[in-house]
Order: sequence, then structure tokens, then C-alpha cells
Amino acid sequence: MTLAAAQSAPAGPPPPGQDGDVLGLRRLRRRFVACLAGLGALLVLTLIAGVGAGAVAIGPGTVASVVGHHLVGFPGERTWSLSQDAIVWEVRLPRVLLGALVGAGLAVCGAAMQAMVRNMLADPYLLGVNSGASSGAAGAILFGFGAGFGEYALQGTAFLGALAASALVFLVARSSGRVTSVRLLLAGVAVGYALYALTSFLIFASDSAEGSRSVLFWLLGSLGLATWNGPLAVVAVVVLLTLGLLTLWGRRLDALAIGDDTALSLGVSPAAFRTRLLLLVSLCVGVLVAASGSIGFVGLVVPHFARRVIGAAHARALPVAALLGAVFLVWADIAARVVLQPQELPIGIVTALVGAPFLLILVRRLHTPGV
Amino acid sequence: MICADGVSFAYGRTEVLREAGLTARPGQVLGLIGPNGSGKTTLLRTLYASLKPSQGTVLLDGTDLRKVPTREAATKLAVVVQEHGGDMPLLVSEMVMLGRTPHLAAFQRATDRDAAIAADALARVGVSHLAGRPFVGLSGGEKQRVLLARALAQQAEHLLLDEPTNHLDIRYQHEILDLVRSLGITAVVVLHDLNLAARYCHELVLLKQGRVVAAGTPDEVLVPEVLEPVYEVEVRRVDVDGELHLLFRPQHSFCAPALQEIA
Repeated sequence: MTLAAAQSAPAGPPPPGQDGDVLGLRRLRRRFVACLAGLGALLVLTLIAGVGAGAVAIGPGTVASVVGHHLVGFPGERTWSLSQDAIVWEVRLPRVLLGALVGAGLAVCGAAMQAMVRNMLADPYLLGVNSGASSGAAGAILFGFGAGFGEYALQGTAFLGALAASALVFLVARSSGRVTSVRLLLAGVAVGYALYALTSFLIFASDSAEGSRSVLFWLLGSLGLATWNGPLAVVAVVVLLTLGLLTLWGRRLDALAIGDDTALSLGVSPAAFRTRLLLLVSLCVGVLVAASGSIGFVGLVVPHFARRVIGAAHARALPVAALLGAVFLVWADIAARVVLQPQELPIGIVTALVGAPFLLILVRRLHTPGV
Repeated sequence: MICADGVSFAYGRTEVLREAGLTARPGQVLGLIGPNGSGKTTLLRTLYASLKPSQGTVLLDGTDLRKVPTREAATKLAVVVQEHGGDMPLLVSEMVMLGRTPHLAAFQRATDRDAAIAADALARVGVSHLAGRPFVGLSGGEKQRVLLARALAQQAEHLLLDEPTNHLDIRYQHEILDLVRSLGITAVVVLHDLNLAARYCHELVLLKQGRVVAAGTPDEVLVPEVLEPVYEVEVRRVDVDGELHLLFRPQHSFCAPALQEIA
């Protein structure tokens, strides 16, 4: 251990016997690529199954043909019925795509929140975003708020509610100039309860039983609003943007998840980075909740699952979490549509039923020395 | 070179540092010593801008630390702090690779060269064999070494350490500090154990209630006349083979007669 060796960066050949893979980082990378490929294939199969399943079952071949026909004009000849065409292209495909996007977005935002507040029980709704969106949606459904948004009154009001809630949480948590994780947690819980009360009050104050029922349904999450329209495009853009940015910020997220002083000593200003993360995550979750209601457990459970599969480094865990979240939510939606046919279950009930036991298993296997 | 001058800091209305200062010279190990609550860790935290002093300045190689961008500061100044990242099951190799963060732009991928630097850092603290293990599963001594390796991977000329010997057994206490001294870089170390400070530091700064009460070589600072009023214990200094060692006794001991007997 000489001083000369200590001061110069090793430029020589890598140590023999490891085929140049110092630290096993290339092996990790290969595993990551294999994992992405496997999950990507699984997602494609899941999407096909999701479009095929339902009150009218449609075979995978027909699904592929309809999608091919609409997307690239192949096959050109229509060998399926018009109703099959409408079910696949107009009804189920947008719904399944929305499910995949929402699942991916929730999983990625959940992972980022867990890193940001250093608490594995954090989820994307920690910022009170879903309570804000719920209040907005309840206002729109029961009292006709947001009529100015036209046909998108529900989504528009829910999104405004989500933004207002996260702005409030952020202001409270920031009170003395810095946003710390503990203050953020407490502010999120407090604002969440307050807005939950507001939503309950709106339901209570309205005398429309039908309206209350649709609010409840919306609160538990639904992909039923999906069509080929603006909101679906917005969700797609925002989710892909969030996934991309957060993945590129992977190293910084790792540093922040270890501690504020560690982040600082590695050149990442914790306060500034946390603010940027909060803006991105609340924007993304606001869009998701506005499009599909508050679907629980995906953002809480899927990140843990992804870390078990590929490790904790965010640059790898986030893309894996996105794929897992997409697959999980599409299957949950299939179950929601099929289990009580022709009745449709709110998807939040399915994700909670599946997610809670998963979480219990993860908690039991958790690697926490000294506890 | 790190130079703090007239640094004051208060948590709310509790003054923790009062015009404290220090100068860490190039290639030297400076020890920050003092009783509990004397402001050692607070002073250290002002040296990497984790705390902003209410008065006074911290100069990093002659530049006011407030004017150095966070990322640039991290290429000049590495810190070993006691944060272990709770639930995050990062591998040791990933933990050490994080030391390359300040050298990479936000969206830049780490290269083979970065991996080689990190591997070299692991080898230098003697824990290459742990590379594939989860960090959270390591023993206290192993964790401390990995954190030191991460700091080395930053290739900074300055190193700050907050009680790096905490929770380590005697052998590892000596190994860690011996390693720090052998690096030949500018280091500031917060230490509790005065005998370790005597052996491994070139210079010492002694704090009491947020003020510097003595500064100089271990030979100058570690004398009973200086230490006794600060620590409120009886101190005896003996030289064994030319190395100074300190022995301590309670000042108002119940066994005062026995002490007199020995004297």
C-alpha cells in the first residue's frame, strides 16, 4: 500500500482471472439486460391476454391481427367481425395500455418516494396527492365542479386537486427553508387526512346516491375511463418522462436514500434534489390519479419486489419496477373484469387483496440486522 | 488545505460553536478532540457545508466553501459519515461506485475506468473480497472500511472522518487510523480516544464548549495541565519507547486515599 499507488488512478490492465469485470459490475449489467428482456416479453404477453380477456373472450391471434391492422395496416383483409374489432381496438386496448402505464408510473414514483423519505412504507400517495385528487373528483361528480374542462371535467378537477394537495404538503414540509424527510412524512399524513375529511364531507353533503356510488368507485380506482384521447396520451408522455428522468438520476437517488450528509458529500445537494424529485413525482402521480383514481398498493409493494429481483441500485431497480408494475396492474385489471362477470370490481380492491399478502411476506423476509 | 476561521454556529438558540478555527495542512492528519458536546462534530460538519456557520469562514484550498459548487466540492473533499442507508440492500461494489458520483455528470454512465478506481479503493482498505456482498450485512468494522473505500474512490485531496473508530474493536481502530495516516492526504478526524489521537494525528485541536482551548502537536496539547480542566479527570502522561500514553483517573474519586498511597 504505497503512497504512489494511492495517488494514481490505475490505468494498467485489469487483474487477471475476472475477464476484466472488476467488481462484477458487468455481470450485474448482463443480469439487468436479461431481466428487462424477460419482463418485456412477459409484458407483451400480458397485454395480449388483457385485450383478449373479458365478457367476450377473443383469441390472441385475432388480437394481434386487429392491432396489426390498425397500427401498420397488416393484415389488410379483415377476417374478424366488426364488433370484435371495436372491442379490441376501441375498448380494451386503450384500457389495457392505460393499466400498464399507470402500473409502471405508480411503481416508479413509489420507489422514488421510498428513497426520498428513506422509509420503505412510503408510497406515491404520501404527498396527499390522491386525497387531493379524490376531493377534486368528488366535487366534479357530485357538484359539477370543473365544467369548464368539458368532457374532461373529472380528470381536470382531479388533477388540480392533486396539484393543490402536493403544493400544500410541500409548503408545510418546507416551513423552515429545508424539506426534511420526517417533515415531509408528517405533512403528507396531515394533509391527506384533512382532504379525506373534505371528500367525505362532499359525499355526505350531496343527496345523490348514484353520485356517491360513482365517487366511491372512483376512489377505489378504475381504468374504465380509458379511450383513445388526450388524457391517455398525457399519461403516456408523463410516465415515460418520469421513468426516464428518475432512472438517469439513479446514482443520486442511491446517495439520497443513504442519507442527506452522504448525498452532500457525494456532490448531490439534498435539499435541491429533493425539491426536484417532489415536483416530478407529484406531477406524475397527479396525472395518474386523475386518469384512474387512487389504485393502492402498487406503488408500495412493486418497488420492494423489484429490489429483490435486481438489487437496490435505482438505475436498475426503477426500469424493473416499471415493467413489474405494468404487468401486475394489467393482471389485476383482468381479474377485476373477470371474477364477478358481468359485474366489474374496482381494481383497487384487487391490488389490495394481492398486494397486502405480498407485503407481509416481504416484511417477514426483510434483511434488517439488529432489529 | 482546509482553513476554518472564527466559525460560530447555533442550533436554534443553543450556541454550539463560538469562533472556533482550525488549519488542516496538506498531507497532515488533524485530530478534533474534546469532551461530549464540545462541538467536534458540529465543527466538522461546517467543513463540508452540511451546516452553514452563522459567523466565520471555511476555506477549501483558499476558496470560500460557500462559493464552491456542491459537486465540485465533492471532488476535493470526501467525507466518511455514520449513515448506513437503512433498508437499501446496495452491494458493497455499488456503495463504493457511488464515490465516483461527483466525477460524473448527472446523466453520464460510469466507465470501466471508474470501476477500476473503485476496485482499487476497495483493495487499498483490504476488503476486495466483500465486493459482491450486501452492505447492510457487514460487520461494523467492514462497513467502516467500505465507507472509507467509497471516500477514496472520490479521489479527493481532503478527507473528513466523524469518529471512524466508533464500534470497532482495538485492532480495527488502529488499522483504520493507520490507513488514514498512510494515505498522505489532508485529513480531519473527530476522535474520542486521546491515545489514538496521540499516535495517529500530526496536529490536534482541543474543543471545550464550542471554543478551541488548545491547538498544536500531540506533544503540546496532550499534557495534564491542558487536559485536566477540559475533561475533569486526573491525567498522567507516560512515555513508553518514545511514544506518549495517557492514563486517566476520576478527579473526585471515592478511592482518593488509595490514590495518595500510590503517589
